[in-house]
Amino acid sequence: MALSDILPDILFYLFAALTLLCGVLVVANPFSRNPVTSAMFLVLTIISMAGLFVLLHAFFLAAVQIIVYAGAVIVLFLFVIMLLDLKEEQRRKIKLFGAVAGLVSVGVIMIISLKALRAARPGANLPAPQLEGGTNALGQLLFTQYVLPFEVVSILLLVAMVGVILLSKKDLK
Amino acid sequence: MKLELLPWLILFLPLLAAGGITLFTLRYRTVSALLSIGAIVTGFVLSLVFINANGWQPSSAESIANWLTIGGLHVDFGLKLDALSLMMLLIVTGVGGAIHIYSFGYMHADRSFSRFFAFMSLFTFSMLGIVLANNFIELFIFWELVGVSSYLLIGFWFEKPSAGDAAKKAFIVNRLGDFGFLLGILMVWGLLGSLNFTVLQNKLTADPAVLGGMATVAALLLFCGAVGKSAQFPLHVWLPDAMEGPTPVSALIHAATMVAAGVYMLCRILFLLNADALHVIAWIGGFTALLAALIAVQQNDIKRILAYSTLSQLGYMVMSVGLAGPTPAMFHLTTHAFFKALLFLGAGSVIHAMHDEQDIWKMGRLQKKMPVTFWTFLIGTLALSGVPPFSGFYSKDSILGQALSQGNYALFILGAAVAGLTAFYMFRLFYVAFLGKPKTQAAEHVHESPAVMAWPLRVLAVFAVIGGVIGVSQTYASQFSPGEARESFGQSLVEPLTHSPAGVLVGLAFIAAGFFAARALYRDAASDPLPEKLGGLATAMKHKFYFDELYEATFIRAHDFIAAVMDWIDRWLVEGLCIGLVRGGTDLSGRALRLVQTGNLQTYAFLFVLGVAVVMYFVLGK
Amino acid sequence: MHVGLEHYLTVSFLLFGLGLLGVIMRRNLLVIYMSLELMLNAANLALVSFSRFNNNLNGQILVFFIITVAAAEVAVGLALIVALYRKRQSAHVEDLTSMKL
Repeated sequence: MALSDILPDILFYLFAALTLLCGVLVVANPFSRNPVTSAMFLVLTIISMAGLFVLLHAFFLAAVQIIVYAGAVIVLFLFVIMLLDLKEEQRRKIKLFGAVAGLVSVGVIMIISLKALRAARPGANLPAPQLEGGTNALGQLLFTQYVLPFEVVSILLLVAMVGVILLSKKDLK
Repeated sequence: MKLELLPWLILFLPLLAAGGITLFTLRYRTVSALLSIGAIVTGFVLSLVFINANGWQPSSAESIANWLTIGGLHVDFGLKLDALSLMMLLIVTGVGGAIHIYSFGYMHADRSFSRFFAFMSLFTFSMLGIVLANNFIELFIFWELVGVSSYLLIGFWFEKPSAGDAAKKAFIVNRLGDFGFLLGILMVWGLLGSLNFTVLQNKLTADPAVLGGMATVAALLLFCGAVGKSAQFPLHVWLPDAMEGPTPVSALIHAATMVAAGVYMLCRILFLLNADALHVIAWIGGFTALLAALIAVQQNDIKRILAYSTLSQLGYMVMSVGLAGPTPAMFHLTTHAFFKALLFLGAGSVIHAMHDEQDIWKMGRLQKKMPVTFWTFLIGTLALSGVPPFSGFYSKDSILGQALSQGNYALFILGAAVAGLTAFYMFRLFYVAFLGKPKTQAAEHVHESPAVMAWPLRVLAVFAVIGGVIGVSQTYASQFSPGEARESFGQSLVEPLTHSPAGVLVGLAFIAAGFFAARALYRDAASDPLPEKLGGLATAMKHKFYFDELYEATFIRAHDFIAAVMDWIDRWLVEGLCIGLVRGGTDLSGRALRLVQTGNLQTYAFLFVLGVAVVMYFVLGK
Repeated sequence: MHVGLEHYLTVSFLLFGLGLLGVIMRRNLLVIYMSLELMLNAANLALVSFSRFNNNLNGQILVFFIITVAAAEVAVGLALIVALYRKRQSAHVEDLTSMKL
């Protein structure tokens, strides 16, 4: 078995493990409950997700993921955390009831859906993947078939911008 | 038929005036009054034009627009045009017009001048509708409209509690009669399948027994309506209280409209009334006439005396209808409209001059200071008492003659006695209020009313004098007994003597007795000498034979009891048990569910996820 | 076993579950928000893997739109949090119970 054959699988397990580990640390970091730590682990989650995207040959989306999420969104989060000064928040304890309730309900959902996934085996009869998610292919589709949603989304961004400016005014009415 | 649009115009002009005043000119007093007066006077002129063009019996007697059809029920909106309705048209617009003009002077100081004229126009419209209606449904609608507008007018000074009570009383008592009336209408429709007067009359002429055993019941139920509207015993109690309205309203209600509607309706549906029903009607009429005349003898309020005299005269008319004499009934209605309007307007003039004093024992010696009112009131008194050759003499005599010709001597004597009583209480009023010494300061300082009030008095006085000999009776006779030769003026002047000399002489004897009794008792009297002589009877008369108290003790008490029971049921069973259970249950479950609303975002999120888990279990998990 | 669709989907599910857990357990609004982002990313991962193994680019287009909308959402959401903090001096969900009567 050549290295080039198993390398994607090794990389998948690596990135998947990294994603899930960092995800856990975002949600429940046993060492720190500082939001800044959460935000930093979110960056790591997103970067390893980008790695998974690359393994799925979605190169353009991987780039977008890093630029938009890791670049813009996380920076926004950090800005807000600095702005709010949340030191007092950290001292509050996680409530036992909340933790148990969350674990139970999420656990049930996970068990059900993973069992369903195991039973369904959706990837069993698929042909070998050939798709290449490059900039070229996506661009072609975006500016032909999806040109209207594309423009609508741009308007949505504008609306969001106006909304945010309004919300950030000092004397909010 | 020429000018067939005119009757429609006459009918709807007052409605237009009422609507226009209400919507646009409430702020402009004079404009409102002129609109209202203009509408009714135009109606009068147009009526004259129409009668001049078409005669008393237009070639096509009905003008019909289909209104609605529900299953087998066809309701037209039609106008019936014959001598009866055309004559009434003239009376309503003519006498009503005089009252409208008089109101312009009488009501001038009132705050709600425009509102008054709007109501007056609505009233006129409703009455014209009754007069012109060609079927029962239309008649009933306008009948109720008269009820509503009389409610509005009697309660015109609604700030006064007594006026509000009187308006309510008039409305509710009328409703009692109308209930029977409506049942009668339904019965006629059920038995004969039509409501159109002409169709009904043809059916009954073709087969008089078509109503079968229900004929008397149907006739008496229809008569109930007239009992309410024309204030016959036992529903007479509302009319005297209706005095609480402004005096022109009383004149309108008593003379040209409202109370005339009942008698008019009886004459209109005379073909439906069989002999048994007529007998009942005649006796109720006669009894009302006597009862009201007796009560009138001991009243001291000038308007109340006139009110009871109206009751008494209406009894006469109903009695005449009951004696199968619609012509005398309508004749008396017409002349009565003239002199009763005159008397009420004269009384209004006195009350106006006395600054709203209505007690006759506080007046006296008015002839010098109020000559027009004095002389016209005297004419009205003579006419009402039935002194020849005034109009009342002819019409009253024709009723007495009708009783004689029917061979009903009991009712004849009763009628003649009531005529004597009429003369007695009218001259009592006249001697006390207009002659003798001034009894108060106010009576010494009265002034004649303005010209706008005096001229209607003069015009009505002329008609009160000549009303009996200008062919009114013959016009009605042309409808009810066609084929009789028309009499010349000279013949009609002496008609009573040629027709039934015995009746005339007995009637005149009673009238003279009444007059001299009044003269002997009340000339120069400072207080009423009658209570001492009559004792308990006078007290009973003064208290209207305790009818109000009787009704209070029986019907109203029973009604209150039922209302109390219903109140208890509503309060404890419906409200307490049924509604209380529902309310309590809702309240309790609301309180319980409220605990779920913690307001904590994450609790909601948790419940939400739980729900998702359940859904997923059912979709995927099995 | 070769890595296939099921593996990617498993990762996606687990990531989604982590996000859900964060939303329910954490009390800090900002961290809840980050957990929401995790859930969105899990959905993205599922979509991209479906797209890849079904040879259909539409899934990736959808992810592209989701990322755009998520960016807008984060901007508005964070602005709301800031506004809320100014009013209440707290970014803690337990202090925000004005929905209760």
